[in-house]
Amino acid sequence: MLRLQGVGKSYGTVSVMRDVTFDVAAGEFIVFVGPSGCGKSTLLRMICGLETVTTGRIEIDGKLANDTPAASRGLALVFQSYALYPHMTVRQNMAFGLENLRTPKAEIEQRVAEAARMLRLENLLARRPTQLSGGQRQRVAIGRAIVREPRIFLFDEPLSNLDAELRVEMRAEIAQLHRRLATTMIYVTHDQVEAMTMADRIVVLRSGEVEQVGAPLDLYNNPANRFVAGFIGSPRMNFLDGRVTASAGGWTTIEVAGVGAIRARGMLPVGSQASIGIRPEHVQPAPGETTGAAVNLLRGQAASIEQLGASSFVRLASPALNLQIQGQTQVRFGDEIAIFLPPDRLHLFDAEGVIAPSGE
Amino acid sequence: MSRLATMLTARRGRLARDWTDWASLAYLLLGVLVMFLPVVWLFASSLKTDQALNAFPPTLLPWQPAQVAVPGHAGTLPLMRVTAGRFAGERLAELRHIGLVAQLLDPARPGPVLHIPVRDLKPVLHLHASWSNFTDLVRRFNFLGYFWNSVLITTLATLITLLINSMAAFALSKYRFAGRDAVFGLMLATLMVPPTIVLVPNFLIAARLDLVNSLWGVIWPGVATPTGVFLLRQYMLTIPDDLIEAARMDNASEWRIYWRIVLPLSTPALGVLAIFSVMWRWNDFLWPMVVLNRSSAFTLPLALFSFQGDLQTQWHYLLAMTVLTLLPVTVIFLFLQRSITQGIASAGVK
Repeated sequence: MLRLQGVGKSYGTVSVMRDVTFDVAAGEFIVFVGPSGCGKSTLLRMICGLETVTTGRIEIDGKLANDTPAASRGLALVFQSYALYPHMTVRQNMAFGLENLRTPKAEIEQRVAEAARMLRLENLLARRPTQLSGGQRQRVAIGRAIVREPRIFLFDEPLSNLDAELRVEMRAEIAQLHRRLATTMIYVTHDQVEAMTMADRIVVLRSGEVEQVGAPLDLYNNPANRFVAGFIGSPRMNFLDGRVTASAGGWTTIEVAGVGAIRARGMLPVGSQASIGIRPEHVQPAPGETTGAAVNLLRGQAASIEQLGASSFVRLASPALNLQIQGQTQVRFGDEIAIFLPPDRLHLFDAEGVIAPSGE
Repeated sequence: MSRLATMLTARRGRLARDWTDWASLAYLLLGVLVMFLPVVWLFASSLKTDQALNAFPPTLLPWQPAQVAVPGHAGTLPLMRVTAGRFAGERLAELRHIGLVAQLLDPARPGPVLHIPVRDLKPVLHLHASWSNFTDLVRRFNFLGYFWNSVLITTLATLITLLINSMAAFALSKYRFAGRDAVFGLMLATLMVPPTIVLVPNFLIAARLDLVNSLWGVIWPGVATPTGVFLLRQYMLTIPDDLIEAARMDNASEWRIYWRIVLPLSTPALGVLAIFSVMWRWNDFLWPMVVLNRSSAFTLPLALFSFQGDLQTQWHYLLAMTVLTLLPVTVIFLFLQRSITQGIASAGVK
């Protein structure tokens, strides 16, 4: 459907996008996610033809599309600002693209009516964008994309202007739209929750480079590097830095200053810098009383406690570590508690932040 | 009206009127008089006869010596009021005066001729609007022809100005191309060249293009104005690029983007430029005078000028025509000024 091969972009000598390569299958829901300034919007605009491509190839349906003008790529973009034409009614907004294609009047009428019905905009067709709420404008922007029956829908942070409640609602609506239309969609967001909940596959970007491509749970369970590990998942993964003291048989021991020895899967050269990551929900309270010699056991003082009812968060001061406990907890501020880091839940990263090879 | 009341009763403090309130009211009143009195005087004077215009001391309203018909006398006689003497308070028709003594008749009972010193007489004045100043313009002079020329030039020139300037402004504000800023700077730099300097070259070009004595000769040279391009460009910069890109994604050609998106969204700025252009064109004098030298092609300002002769000026016609010249621009200004205040661009993009 869509194939990017070594796509890069530079303004003069400043390179903002390097070697982006991935495929999008027909009907897939792809989410580009990354911190602001990572180039995800630029990449989207390159795909839809609003930005030029400096290097590499963009293929749509097997045909090179680098120099195809935006209008002829058969894509539709929903802008972050919605970009509704303020002087036109909702109906005119949706019909404008079809009018430009000289679509027969009857067909325009029919397609607009259909999209309006799908998006519950029937009663708003005669209104202007100023007379609509944020969510309604959002739906009009989507409707404008739908009537053109594009091969790929592109969404550029479409929910960032909505309040939290509406965002959840629109998220569900877009997901539902994807199921109904079964069209390929590419969605840009900086919100990893949106990425996790909506995507078939996520493309994680950082400063113009693809960090990892994969299904949401793949990224969650097997992050390729420390950046992805830290970016995907909420609350954030904990990291502890240390030095490798032993590495054999697929297991590595690292010495974390002030904590002790921690064993994790993976192989790294002895003596090198390393870090381990563990998600707060995987940190466990130590079973019973602990002895100092046990592996992956550590003690810390509770620096803050957040009781949410269904679960509780405890933040340890030293080492700095968050843990999530199912249900409610008896831990009080200042209590010293013992915790256990299950070795198979640990992620081991080398000095560059890349996941350690398993060594098998 | 209520807004006027609010303005007039506005006070600085909460309680009594401060002296600054009075001072500012006085200042505003002065402003109103300075700005408005000449216009009122012009309107009032345009209704005076030539005779009343030359009267001394001048009056604001068209006061006219009253005339009265007296049986047994052809035509009318001026009516006089007697201020002193035996006939004090009576109104008499003046036959003639010889030296310092006037001969008068009682218009009601034209009996013996009365002799009264001139110093005891005052002319009776009454308000009289001399509409013939206006009707004569149409009957005796080619006013409608001049008016039509002015209307034609103003309308066509304004439309062409809006079209050409907005196209340039669109390109300069929404396209990125090499030398864009240089072009823009160069264009603004022409603002520093006084029009009188290019008058002769412009005339030579117009003459070469056979535009002398043609209305197009007045229209074309002024349609591309740096002021207009600047005004529109600054406004178009505020139209979000997203809208243009959305239109581009919507398969709109560049012309269609300009015509269907950019122009409608620029209406406030276009309104301002339209007002400017109408006023420039309507009041333009120098260039039409250079290009048009046949009286049938004259615009109103030229026609006005032709009323002012070397030896004699027909002030009453001049004033009436000035009023007629002022009216259309005033009406257009009232009509278009609403579009200035109307801002619509920020609507669709949050």
